[in-house]
Amino acid sequence: MSELWTEWGDWVVILLRCVFSVAFVMQIVPLLIWGERKGAAYIQDRPGPNRAPIDIPNPLDIPRLLGDVLAARPLVFKPIVSLRAAGLIHTLTDVVKLAFKEDITPDHVEKFYWFIAPVIAMSIALCTFAVVPFGDTFLGHQLKVSDMDGGLLFVLAMTSLGVYGIMLAGWSSNNKFSLLGGLRASAQMVSYELAMGLSAVVVFLSAGSVSLSRIAEVQGQPLSLFGVVEIPALNWNVFSPFGFLAFVLFWVAAFAETNRTPFDLPEGEAELVGGYHTEYSSFRFALFFMAEYANMIVASSVTATLFFGGYNVPLLSPATIREHADLLLGVLGLGAVPAFLTFAVVAWKRQGRPFYSVIPKDDPRQNEPKFFTAVWLGAAGAHGALGVVGFMGGLAALSAWAEMPELGGDLMAVILGITALAVKVLIGCWIMIWVRWTVPRFRYDQLMNLGWKVMLPLALGNVFAAAGWIVLRHELFGPAGGS
Amino acid sequence: MALPKPNKKLTGSESSYLVEVIKGMVITLGHVVKNIFDQDRFRTIEYPDVRKPMTPRYRGAHRLLLRPDGGIKCVACMCCPTVCPARCITIVAGENPNDPAEKFPVSFDIDMLRCIYCGFCVEACPKDAIRMDTKIYEINAYNRQDMVHSKPYMINLMDRLKPEASEAYRADHTTAPAGHTPDEAPVAGGHLG
Ligand code: SF4
Ligand code: SF4
Repeated sequence: MSELWTEWGDWVVILLRCVFSVAFVMQIVPLLIWGERKGAAYIQDRPGPNRAPIDIPNPLDIPRLLGDVLAARPLVFKPIVSLRAAGLIHTLTDVVKLAFKEDITPDHVEKFYWFIAPVIAMSIALCTFAVVPFGDTFLGHQLKVSDMDGGLLFVLAMTSLGVYGIMLAGWSSNNKFSLLGGLRASAQMVSYELAMGLSAVVVFLSAGSVSLSRIAEVQGQPLSLFGVVEIPALNWNVFSPFGFLAFVLFWVAAFAETNRTPFDLPEGEAELVGGYHTEYSSFRFALFFMAEYANMIVASSVTATLFFGGYNVPLLSPATIREHADLLLGVLGLGAVPAFLTFAVVAWKRQGRPFYSVIPKDDPRQNEPKFFTAVWLGAAGAHGALGVVGFMGGLAALSAWAEMPELGGDLMAVILGITALAVKVLIGCWIMIWVRWTVPRFRYDQLMNLGWKVMLPLALGNVFAAAGWIVLRHELFGPAGGS
Repeated sequence: MALPKPNKKLTGSESSYLVEVIKGMVITLGHVVKNIFDQDRFRTIEYPDVRKPMTPRYRGAHRLLLRPDGGIKCVACMCCPTVCPARCITIVAGENPNDPAEKFPVSFDIDMLRCIYCGFCVEACPKDAIRMDTKIYEINAYNRQDMVHSKPYMINLMDRLKPEASEAYRADHTTAPAGHTPDEAPVAGGHLG
């Protein structure tokens, strides 16, 4: 086992972490599109998407349906349950729709650049995630695609490259609305990049490195409150005064870099039709659309890594997680059971909702609450089983069987690390959605004033103040690490 | 309402934007939380399952009315094509074989793609032969040709809406006074067939 592992393990892990970092972004994208629609709806007192269903056939019908598929007959069946899943299916139908729509190439576009623009937008967004760590180490392997020393510089470089997708789209579309959209995007990018880079400098100073792994690692150390209390694994940059200001500046600049409201001037539909993507249809449009959400995820994950401890779980340092892996699995597994049972009860009670009284009694959608109750009960059962495995020392047994003593602890650390990062990223994305449906778009001059006259001086001052404080502290208290 | 002065200076907290943005976000989050716990606040009509009751004056798809003896009421007087601002009514008039003194429409087509639903045709008709009281607003087709409603289509429009009640319905509606409204209640699970 171990020998085989040493031979192939490296390659497997390299492949897995590449696949993971693309999958991480691409899996959250549909969730975000759903969150955007549902969030917008709930903010505006509407129910939001709730129609597109997946029809599940009666298991007894399946042999007949298989026959119909083979004979290429149309599939006609009465579903036992129609799953609408709170509108999640709409995202799926959107993908199908966009993939099969007619792809129109207008005659007047600059073909080559027009074709590569959406590809640039999407691939740059995915590339940026390569340096974001989603765990410390797994059996000695770095948990990020590339362990480059200039991690954060790479992020900044990539986000500024990302604007090329938008600029090229705007220019090659060869109409004035798109061109204006592209121009706005580049002007906005130049103005906010400075503030973004400068606010990140504070983080380099406190961590003493630009590598995102190192930055995340430093934040896993305990936070000491005036040398009195020590809170484990909570040395997040956002809790230091300079770090907090840097976070606010970085986050505002991230909105501008991802072209999200209130800074979405490049696609200001009121004055620019659709901005840079006016001429795009079908899957090319989908690429721009997904790139926007991928950018949101990347911006959130970089922010989480710089200011909110990245993969670190609050109160549980990686060492603690490794040491008590089995106990943690037990506690978390059994602890999740009541939550899932609550979900099951909520799902069951949905049968009394007004919606179910206006649809016909024999409609397959009537069975939906029962189905989701079953799903949540299943989840509760699975977590309970995991908890029991944890309490019985399942991870230790797994490590012993695989002859790798650190396997169990590392598995737990990786799973918790990814979960922590995902939760932080989702919270960040929700804030972006929330702001979008709250704040109106800035005017162009306000945008430039804010970028050059407010954010840039603040970021510069913050860098000097933080550097001064670090030097002063070094003089006063000697060469202590950390913040 | 007095407009604010264009160059009104922002107060300290307003000019930093951040405080005001957070205030707004608290309000929107309040809506989200309220809506999660009390979904009866939504005023949305679950459209294909529930239909909005249309007002009696609502101008839907046109229908042609019949006389009690089953003949068409229209006498092809050409008032409606004349008054129609969209020029979308095409009538070919012919002599009524049963009553040579009267004309009748051999064909009566309305191009629904051009119709602007102004209701002038209904107003102009001296015979109360055309009405827009069907409340049908789902007027759609897969090609342009099918968007031209023909005489048989418009005669049978109400039957299409309610196939089961067609006989009684027709008897009632060919003699009902103008302004009579078929149904007010929302139709659950209604389909146009
Ligand atoms: S409603 Fe107006 S536009 Fe339509 S057919 Fe009648 S007169 Fe013409
Ligand atoms: S106005 Fe009335 S009677 Fe005259 S042609 Fe039109 S529908 Fe027929």
